[in-house]
This record gives sequence, C-alpha cells and structure tokens, in this order.
Amino acid sequence: MTEAAVPTRIASAMKEAGLAAFVALVLAMPMVGLYTVDEGGVLVVRTRFDWVLIGVLVVFAGRLAMAYWPATLRIPARRDAAHVAADGHFNILKFLGIAAISLAVLLPVLPVTDRYVIDVATTVLIYVMLGWGLNIVVGLAGLLDLGYVAFYAVGAYSFALLARNFGLNFWECLPLAGALAALCGILLGFPVLRLRGDYLAIVTLGFGEMIRIVLINWQSFTGGPNGLTSIPRPSFFGLPFTRNPEEGETAFHQFFGLEFAPYHRLAFLYYLILALALVTNAFTMRIRRLPIGRAWEALREDEIACRALGINPTNTKLTAFAIGAMFGGFAGSFFAARQGFISPESFTFIESAMILAVVVLGGMGSQIGVVLAATLLVVLPELGREFAEFRMVLFGAAMIAIMIWRPHGLLARRDPSIVLPPARRGAA
Amino acid sequence: MKPVLLEVEHLTMRFGGLIAVDDLSFAARQGEITAIIGPNGAGKTTVFNCLTGFYKPTVGRLTLHHPAGPLLLEQMEGFRIAARARVARTFQNIRLFPRMTVLENLIVAQHNVLMRASGFTLGALFGLPRYRHAEQDALERSCLWLERIGLVTRANDEAGSLPYGDQRRLEIARAMCTDPVLLCLDEPAAGLNPRESAELNQFLTGIREREKIGILLIEHDMSVVMGISDHIVVLDYGKRIASGSPGTVRRDPAVIRAYLGEPESDAVPAERT
Amino acid sequence: MEYFLQQAINGITLGAIYGLVAIGYTMVYGIIGMINFAHGEIYMIGAFVAVIAFSILAMFGIANVPLAILIVLAVAVIFTSAYGWTVERIAYRPLRGSFRLAPLISAIGMSIFLQNYVQVLQGARVKPLQPVVTGGLTIMRSDHFTVALSYIQILIILTTVVLMIGFSLLIARTALGRAQRACEQDLTMAALLGINVDRTISLTFVLGAGLAAVAGVMVTLYYGVVDFYIGFQAGLKAFAAAVLGGIGSLPGAMLGGLLIGLVEAFWAAYFTVEYKDLATFAILILVLIFRPTGLLGRPDVEKV
Repeated sequence: MTEAAVPTRIASAMKEAGLAAFVALVLAMPMVGLYTVDEGGVLVVRTRFDWVLIGVLVVFAGRLAMAYWPATLRIPARRDAAHVAADGHFNILKFLGIAAISLAVLLPVLPVTDRYVIDVATTVLIYVMLGWGLNIVVGLAGLLDLGYVAFYAVGAYSFALLARNFGLNFWECLPLAGALAALCGILLGFPVLRLRGDYLAIVTLGFGEMIRIVLINWQSFTGGPNGLTSIPRPSFFGLPFTRNPEEGETAFHQFFGLEFAPYHRLAFLYYLILALALVTNAFTMRIRRLPIGRAWEALREDEIACRALGINPTNTKLTAFAIGAMFGGFAGSFFAARQGFISPESFTFIESAMILAVVVLGGMGSQIGVVLAATLLVVLPELGREFAEFRMVLFGAAMIAIMIWRPHGLLARRDPSIVLPPARRGAA
Repeated sequence: MKPVLLEVEHLTMRFGGLIAVDDLSFAARQGEITAIIGPNGAGKTTVFNCLTGFYKPTVGRLTLHHPAGPLLLEQMEGFRIAARARVARTFQNIRLFPRMTVLENLIVAQHNVLMRASGFTLGALFGLPRYRHAEQDALERSCLWLERIGLVTRANDEAGSLPYGDQRRLEIARAMCTDPVLLCLDEPAAGLNPRESAELNQFLTGIREREKIGILLIEHDMSVVMGISDHIVVLDYGKRIASGSPGTVRRDPAVIRAYLGEPESDAVPAERT
Repeated sequence: MEYFLQQAINGITLGAIYGLVAIGYTMVYGIIGMINFAHGEIYMIGAFVAVIAFSILAMFGIANVPLAILIVLAVAVIFTSAYGWTVERIAYRPLRGSFRLAPLISAIGMSIFLQNYVQVLQGARVKPLQPVVTGGLTIMRSDHFTVALSYIQILIILTTVVLMIGFSLLIARTALGRAQRACEQDLTMAALLGINVDRTISLTFVLGAGLAAVAGVMVTLYYGVVDFYIGFQAGLKAFAAAVLGGIGSLPGAMLGGLLIGLVEAFWAAYFTVEYKDLATFAILILVLIFRPTGLLGRPDVEKV
C-alpha cells in the first residue's frame, strides 16, 4: 500500500460507511425511532430518536472499520472451514473433550456448585443432547429439520401419558418414548425425504406446528393448553427421592443413610441427562465410522453421486431421521421427568430454532462445538435478565454472521472416519 | 467375438417437444471399450442418464446380460442399477464427496458390501468380527486402487483439495470400487492435458485387460477415443449415424458431415482437446 | 347457501392477502432458488409500519380516509422495501455460492432476528388499531342470515387485482422484467450478457417486500390487530400458497393464495376452527409429495 493510496481508501471507506449509515437511518426511523403505546384502547406514538442516533453511529463506525481494514487483517475467513485433521493433530480437541467430561462428572460435588448451578447445567445438557441428536440429521446427513421439537414433544408426552395412564416408570417409558419418536420420524420422513433440501425444511417446520396444534386442541388426551401435571419423577433404581416415602418403600437418603436433601434429586437428574447425552455422543462417534454413517455424510456431500454408487438415498436418510428423532424422544422423556409438568408452550418453533442454532453455531457435525454453543446459548441469558430479552435477537444475528464468516460453524473440523496409517502410505 | 454385455434397443427419450435420443440401438461387449461420440448436444449424456436410471426412457429396452441372468435397466430405480445390476458411472462435472477424504470416497463406494457385513449397522455397533474383516477387505481394495491411480500418499486428504486430473482418476477408481460389470465414463479426459490423456488411455486399457468388464465411454478427445476404443457409436441429434471400429468410423462420410458440416472428402473428425 | 357465500367472500379476502405475500416467495425462489424464510417477517414489519403510520395520522387528526390509506400505503411500502433490500444485502448476497444449506439457515436466522427485534422494540403485546374503514354492502339477506361484503374487503380484493395486473405487465413488458426473467433462466449467462444481476436480485427483493407491505397494511385494516408473531403464521401459509400454485409462477402464487384462503375459511366454517392451520399444512405436505411442481409450475428436470 503506497502513501498516496491511503486518502482515497479513507474516502471510499467514508462513502461506504455513509451509505450504510443512511440505510440504517431509514430502517431505524419507523421501527426504533417510533413506537406505539396502548393508552385506553387508543394507540399513541412515542419517539425514541436518541436510540436511532446511537444505532446509526454504530453502523457508521462499524462499516467504516470494515471498509478501511482490508479483509486479510480480519478473521482468517473461510480457509480453515473445510479442514481435515492430519494424523496426531487432534490433541487439543481431544484434551478439551476429556476436560469437559471430567468437569461435567465432578460438577455436582464441587464446592461452588449449588442448586442453581446444577439446574442451569442440567438445562445446558438437555440442549447438548438435543443438539447431538439433531446433529445426526443436520450435521451428518445434511437434512435441515426445522421441526425437531416435534420429536422432543412426542418423547415428553409419551412418557407423561404412559406414566400417568399405565403407571409405567421412567426406565420402562424411556425406550418406548424413543421408539415412538422414531416411529413418528419414519412416518413423516417416508413421504417427505424425497423432497429437495429446502422443501424438507419447510415440511418439517409444518409438521412441528401440526404436532403443537394437536397438543393444544386434543384436550381429552393431552390436556390441551394447560398441559399435563404431576408426572412421576424418576427414581434411583427404585429408590424415590422423597422425604417421607410411602409405606413399604425406602427413600434414597434412607438407603444410603444420608440426611434428606432436595439436592440429591437434582444431582441425580443431572447425572441422568449427562449419561443420556454421553450415550448419544458415543453412539454418534461410533456410527460415523460405520457404513451407514459414511453414507449419511456422502449424501450430505452429493446425493446424485450416492445414487450412482448404489446407495439407497431414501432409506439412508430415513435412518438418520429416525435415529435423530429417537434421541429427541429420549431427551423429551427426560424433560418431562425433570419438570413434572409439560404443556405445548415448551414445544414451539422457537425451541426448534434454538436447537438448530446450537448445531449451526457449534459447527455442523462437530460434537464439541455443540457443547460450546449450548453452553453459550443457555448460560449467557442467565448472566443478566436484560440480556434475556435480546437473547433471540442475538441468536438470529449470530446465525447469519456464522453463515457468512464461518459457514461450517465455530468449531468446524471434521475427523476422517477412517485413516490410512502412515506406514501404508509410506510403503507405496 | 466377445459376449454382448449391454443391449440398447430403440431407446428414445423425449423432454416435452425435444427428442434428445431418437430410436437408438447398439450393443456393448464385455471386455471391450465402446465409445459414444458425437457433437455437443447429440444426446450422449442422456443415454448415460437413461442407462444409470437418472431418467426413465420414453421408449426402449436396455438389457444387461449379467452372469446371473438378463436385467432390464429401464425398469429399475437408479440406485438399484448401481447396486444390483452393477453399472457404475462417472460424471461430466466430477461428483466426488469433496469434504470427505480420498480414502473415504473409495470406502463409501463399497457401501452395500459393508452394509451387509455390518448386519445393517446393528451387528457392527456391537463390534462383530465379521464387520471388521469386511472393513479390512474394503481398505485393501481401496489401497489397491489408490496405488493404481497413484494417490496413496494423499489418501487422508480431502478429495476436494486434489488437482483436477487426480479428481478425475479418483472418480473412476471410486466407480471401480463398486465392483461393476459395466463402467460408464462421461468425458473422463475433459480438462486433461495431453500427457494426462495418454496416462488415462493406459489406465483405461489396463482396466479392460485386467477386470474384463465392459466400458462405455463418452469422449470428445479423439486421441483417447481413437486410441483405445474397440467399437464406436456416433450420435447426431439423438440418432445413430454410424458405428463400427475406429477405422471405419473415421472414414464414414456421415460422421464427417456431422462434425464438419461440409461434405469434404478427406477430413477426419476434428481432434478436440 | 348464504353462509357458504359469506365464507367464500371471507376466504377470497384472506386469500388475496396470502397471494400478495406468496408472490414475494415465488419471485425470490424463481430467481435465486432459495426460500426467503424471512419474508413473513417483512410482511409483519409492513403491518407494524402501518400501525405506526395510522396512529400518527390519527394524532394529527387527518380524517380523510382514502388519503390516510394512500399515505400509509406509500410509507409502508417505502420503509418495508428498505427492509427487504437490506435483508438480501446482509444475509443472502454474501452467501451466493456457499454450501447448499447456508442461505436457508441464514434466512432462518434473519427471520428469528426480525421477529424478536420487533418484539423488543415495539413490545410483545397485541396492537389494537381503531377501525379505519367501516361499513359495507349487504349482498343478500334472508331471515336469519345476512351476507355482507365490507368496504375493507372490497378494498383488499380490488387492490390485489390492480397490483396483480400491474405486476404482470411489469414482468412481461419492462426492461426490469426481462432482466428478471433472464436471471431466472441462468444467472451466469445473464451476467455475461451485461445484466446487472446484483441489482436485479435486489429489485426482486424490494418488489416482493413492497407487495408484502401492501398485504401488511391490508391485514392491519382488516383485522385491526397486529403483533410480532403474525409474520410467522402468514409466512408459512403464503409459502404453502406459493408451493400449491407452483413455485416460480406468479399466477400460481395468486391462485395458491386464493385456494389456501378458501380452504381455511371453509374449514373453519364447516369443520373445526382449531384445526384450520392443520388443514393448510396438510395441503402443503400433500402437494409437495404428490405434485411438487404445484398447479401451474413447470417440471424441473434434474441436472446430472
């Protein structure tokens, strides 16, 4: 860059920034600058032009900075996105994974951990599990499922209804709930998996809404908008977590000779979801290295090539869809068991979007990325209530930004499912 | 005469008003390379798409004389043609799995064998030894083809990161890993330089000699077509205008007309590279 | 009979609104082959701009109803189009040529962003607007039932018809329309022939947003209530309409809109109100499975 070029660069950057600021002004004027307040049935318009000014200045400064500093100085974009690990190069991530699991296992017994922490951590793990489940569908098989929450709902309602109507316990219901969710996945998937990717997204979204509408309106079966209450809590191999167990039962604290504490149940739920999540992870890691897992990834890359290689695309997608749904169902059962109460409110599109955000932000196909994203998305809003209001705004913005700068996610790296050992490569 | 492997009879493919392939009949023999040539838009790729099940032919019968008995390709779904009839193909605009490694591309091609060995996933999930053996076999077969295309050192690299010529060869190797009886190559020499074309010639004749399978070849590069084909079918506007050995086709007046438009006497089909 | 006629009128009105929104989906899909997931939110923003503009006019005491509606339409179209333009510029243009799902995920992000942006800035509560257009015609009267066609319904149907005619002429006759049809066929080739592809795509988004804004104004007038969530539902239904009519086809979008509107009205009238949305989604799924090209769409041959 020569000296003389700098002023022109500043000038053009100023021009860009001015333009962006003008657009921001136009956009902000009606939606930020003005707002309506309902005063006795009449809408009164109030102004907020100071906010507009701040917004326009921020946009101006931001655009100026982006236009002035050449792209090379910014984030090393895109190049690393499609990186495949070379041999012995995965140490950091592996270490990170082991550290994360150790921390997760020790968390309930750490001195800093209280009920609140364990509660948030449980929520994080629910999203981790849902993210890992959806990752099979979106990350591996490349099927954009916008109605994942439907399977979560099927799992939750299956458990609640089976437990309430037939008196089955959590462990009996868990496989049934997973199977029912998988069945729903197959029933939905069979007709629609032939569709193009973006149609599939809309149809799954429609399916999610349909399930919700049914849950709201089928009063006699699902309890309608009020939902289902008094869902039995899971017990520790038959030992309930109650202060005063029923006649003939031994409570958890009595059996282990402990003082009764509500914390025990929370910790147990925490370990339960941790175990479920780890099972999901182990399953995914294993199946990625099996033919079906490779076929999923191949389908994501190029469906036409897959057909030319004799891979049945519909069946292959269907397995991904059903297995993803199954894990969604497991997570749903856990959710119902933990809350003791479920209603259609918990299964809106926003929930689907949140799970998708976990997968997309973390890096599609990346297991540790899901953990990172789930932690961020759950913990950040907990840090400040004002922040919570903006949570979904930031989600949306982050999804766009990630797609533009790192389309394969924050931690996008793909470990090959099979490696040719160095000895073999050298031998040739 | 070698036995007939593929018989195409009265193949016709219409798209709305356009007739892309018009009453085409020809045969391809086992252990031979049959080339389909013709000017751009003559309907060559459409023939491949009918053969491999991407299009359903409007009219026509496509019989594959398999060791296990004849199969009618026009009645089979696309992926079954590859899986059961064992017809493999490559694409004009290379279709590898770009974010998977070179080795993975070859392993995916052996999907159906591995799938059966894995007990449709359930067996392998619990670590049955049968699957481990099958995977080892698949690895050996992949290595064999990696050696043949000279990409052993790049086995663990992303397929999308390979140079163009390597990608072309990898796509052929991937098709061969499905263990086909008929290999359909759609312009395998497109974008290759003369040296690479010559290597391709060797590679393809090598496959013909060793594997004893039938090869169908669409190609514009006449050095490849004339150099290795046993039999040539010439298409123009979807119709067969000539067929025979490279020597006869080269001198056929109809072929010369189709390629050059003018009835000049001593021209040969233009060498296009 | 009277009841049937009344439901048909209601259904057509609703269908006209869906149709206007559906055109935005269909045009964008035609030109860049993506589902502009945020289009429903654009429509919602149009409705919000309308609410604010009507409230301002009411504060200034402008009593002339046709004038007020014209002003509000103009304001809503201008500001909403700006949103349409920006959405494309920020969230979709950088992703042209990225991997398959990227634009769609970005669009979902945009939809979530806009929905919550409006919720945060304008409040989550429903905005009730004083009725602007009242009264109507009585078409048929029997002992126990009156079939009415309100002025607002006339306004909606007329506006939609006029816009449709104008729009068809725009696409068929003008340079912009030609450029747009060229881009639909082949973006690269259009660019090589000197068509400013970026501008054409931007204009497509602006036009789609403009129509959505009109739909937003109309729905505000029709129902009198607006909230930040209306874009999601209407967007889904308009998309269903676009698919039903044959995505990529303008008359198809209108036809699909009308059909969805009618189905919804009749379903609510003769079956159950609660499950009317279920009917729309069921239609969407059935069409996609049995006739993915829709009623008026062209079949697309898979390129291998």
